[in-house]
Amino acid sequence: MSQPFRTPYPGYDVLDKWDSPSFDDQTREVLRARRDPPPRRFLDPNQFALLEALCAVVIPQRRPEPVPIAPFIDAALHAGRGTGTRFATMPPERDAWLRGLEAIDAEARAAFDGRGFCELVRPKQARLLRSIDRGDCRAPEAWQEMPPQKFFRALLLKQIVQIYYSAPAAMSEIGYGGPASPRGYVRLKVGQIDPWEAPFGTWEDQA
Amino acid sequence: MTQDAPRNDRPRAVNGHAPDVFKREGQVPMREYPKNAPVDFVIVGAGCGGSVLAAKLAEAGMSVVLFDAGPFFQPRRDFASDEREQEKLYWLDPRISDGDDPIELGANNSGRAVGGSSVHFQMVSLRFRPEWFKARSKLGYGRDWPVDWREMWRYYDEVEEALKISGPIRYPWGPDRGRYPYREHEVNEAGLVLARGAEALGVDWAPTPLCTVSAPSGKSPPCAYRGMCKIGCSINAKQSMPITYVPRAIKAGAEVRDLAMVGRIETGADGRATGVSYYRDGKWRFQKAENVVAAGYSIETPRLLLNSSTAQHPQGLGNADGLVGRNLMVHANDAVWGEFDEEIRWYKGPPSMATCEHWNYADDDPSKNFDGGYSFMSQGPLPGDFAGTLTSSTGMFGDDLLEAMGRYNRMAGLKMVGESMPQVDNRVTLADETDELGLPRAKVTHSFCDNDRRLQGHGRKFMSRMMRAAGGKNLFETQSTAHLMGGCPMGDDPETSVTDDMGRVWNVDNLWICDGSLMPTGGGVNPAMTILANAARIADRIIDARFD
Ligand SMILES: Cc1cc2nc3c(=O)[nH]c(=O)nc-3n(C[C@H](O)[C@H](O)[C@H](O)COP(=O)(O)OP(=O)(O)OC[C@H]3O[C@@H](n4cnc5c(N)ncnc54)[C@H](O)[C@@H]3O)c2cc1C
Ligand code: SF4
Repeated sequence: MSQPFRTPYPGYDVLDKWDSPSFDDQTREVLRARRDPPPRRFLDPNQFALLEALCAVVIPQRRPEPVPIAPFIDAALHAGRGTGTRFATMPPERDAWLRGLEAIDAEARAAFDGRGFCELVRPKQARLLRSIDRGDCRAPEAWQEMPPQKFFRALLLKQIVQIYYSAPAAMSEIGYGGPASPRGYVRLKVGQIDPWEAPFGTWEDQA
Repeated sequence: MTQDAPRNDRPRAVNGHAPDVFKREGQVPMREYPKNAPVDFVIVGAGCGGSVLAAKLAEAGMSVVLFDAGPFFQPRRDFASDEREQEKLYWLDPRISDGDDPIELGANNSGRAVGGSSVHFQMVSLRFRPEWFKARSKLGYGRDWPVDWREMWRYYDEVEEALKISGPIRYPWGPDRGRYPYREHEVNEAGLVLARGAEALGVDWAPTPLCTVSAPSGKSPPCAYRGMCKIGCSINAKQSMPITYVPRAIKAGAEVRDLAMVGRIETGADGRATGVSYYRDGKWRFQKAENVVAAGYSIETPRLLLNSSTAQHPQGLGNADGLVGRNLMVHANDAVWGEFDEEIRWYKGPPSMATCEHWNYADDDPSKNFDGGYSFMSQGPLPGDFAGTLTSSTGMFGDDLLEAMGRYNRMAGLKMVGESMPQVDNRVTLADETDELGLPRAKVTHSFCDNDRRLQGHGRKFMSRMMRAAGGKNLFETQSTAHLMGGCPMGDDPETSVTDDMGRVWNVDNLWICDGSLMPTGGGVNPAMTILANAARIADRIIDARFD
């Protein structure tokens, strides 16, 4: 069982540079607009709750104001914006999501005495997702031919993590320099950091 | 799928003006042509191939209209430092990806903007090895190009000068060449990982020749090493098409029509092209032309030719022998990632600052168990990009993922650009479903052959050895593809190629192709310089022949 993650960069916040030459107006505008997550418009309340539960297992957030993820997936589905790729083995993106959410719930019910995904405790949710990733399915008919691992990795995981890791809070957590236009960076070598980067981090394996 | 704001969908190159790419606001004057009088050349696609051709033909006095399905961006206003917002640079309309090894499209493969993929490409600027232009006769695999390498070499000089490529004084591989126009960039720590590994294994390495300036050039400031090249350079250090060849084209009198999707190349009773039908600002329109050039990249060019079928060309234009869309190639993009004790901070600087072309030239090495070659580069992915790579290849999530991403600053990576073989069954065809404009979507079918797999395996093994030699730990490998090429190869023989040596479609003498789809083989280096050089060559051939 993995330990709760602790950031190697406690106290670092890319947003501290908000008023500096690391941020330009267009970036500030985009981030400002994202502070208000869009309303739910595509998924129904149950599907949306399931998606939120999935986001919380994929990215456990122990912060007072978690980065919203589900509303942005819902908004993209509502707008019909795609990734540009539709694998021949997969239905179109909206159908894939609807089918995938339903199948995950069906897997939960099959594995845990009829309890839906949202009713499970976190470790059980995680165990279920790992078995779906391995292709160990108890409700194969619910997937309607859609390959479970492909849905899980190529759509569900990928979109959740890409949304999370483009949020300033996630950037801060991993010590990424953050937006850097127009200023950029000057010191490019090991042991060198610019004053506007995160200070050096500390890891448990190095403690 | 995830930009949050709707994209600005009004054309900006209108009313005799185009956006001034060097300013946040403001415009430059642009000539406009009537639709019902034929222009000399209509060019479909303002990417690497189309932009160079447009500039050179316009400078030679021809009337040119350059179409692009995507917007005409103003980098200083439109390019936020935000991975999600910048997805607007990619071609996100669905295409169907099939085959044993289906490829990822969208962000991974194609741009949709004035400038095409050059807006978000990673700027690695390498030349083909001379022998590759005669791969079949000299090296015994693939196909021959209908071009002599020395001619291509002269055009590499020309485009490298136009883009002010910044590179090392001495490049270790290939024939002697002149100095790069601009001095090399300082190599970041991610690049020095490659350098250390190469030195430990006794192979050469070089600072990557890059398409971003190392000192001011014209209105471009030098590269600020902000590392966001893949989501668009907001300060215009990158010498992409919209800040180099497109302004040249406009200045010389070409017209650019942005947000103009060409749906059909129209042909007359004699079977020759008469112009193009395109959708812009809510309506289908027609532009008359003496000559039409398809330059939409390896998927959209075949799709457009196939979508333009008529009674006289029942299988699509140039496709009497069923060759259009076939011999589509990718580059194998396998990578090895490792963790270091120190902080590499690979986000600083362009993503690939050091390169090794050893396996493009080492014909006699006993371990070489494949035809073709590969190069590889150091890596510096942005957080979202790297998280996507990590999860889609390992399925990792939860605290394990947070923990792995927590080592982002201590990671380094090597990623190959591996030649894959042209195969007739790797191809673009039309799907049954249609897009919003009613045009059949493209379907892309792709499978690797045994040789491709041997090359990938060799590459992963060698990159792993190098990563370990450089001090990397906890290595893991990922597999991917990059760079579509081919689909409409040029050649000497109408039976086996789609165009002649100047990109003219066999049997339709005023229809041309000028982009990466002409490439008969893919080589083991990133393709943009070869596409640009080939376009510059085709332009001169057209000008010399005085077609107008
Ligand atoms: C993420 C990424 C990184 C890359 N990095 C490198 C690198 O480091 N080095 C390198 O050498 N190469 C790189 N490449 C590849 C390189 O960018 C392409 O090979 C090159 O741009 C292809 O040129 P092209 O002219 O064929 O097409 P493009 O440059 O893609 O241009 C095609 C244009 O045509 C337009 N179009 C298509 N169909 C139509 C239509 N029907 N009507 C109107 N317009 C249309 C599109 O909107 C697009 O703008 C990279 C590519 C990607 C995606
Ligand atoms: S690293 Fe250089 S080329 Fe890349 S986005 Fe930054 S300034 Fe532009």
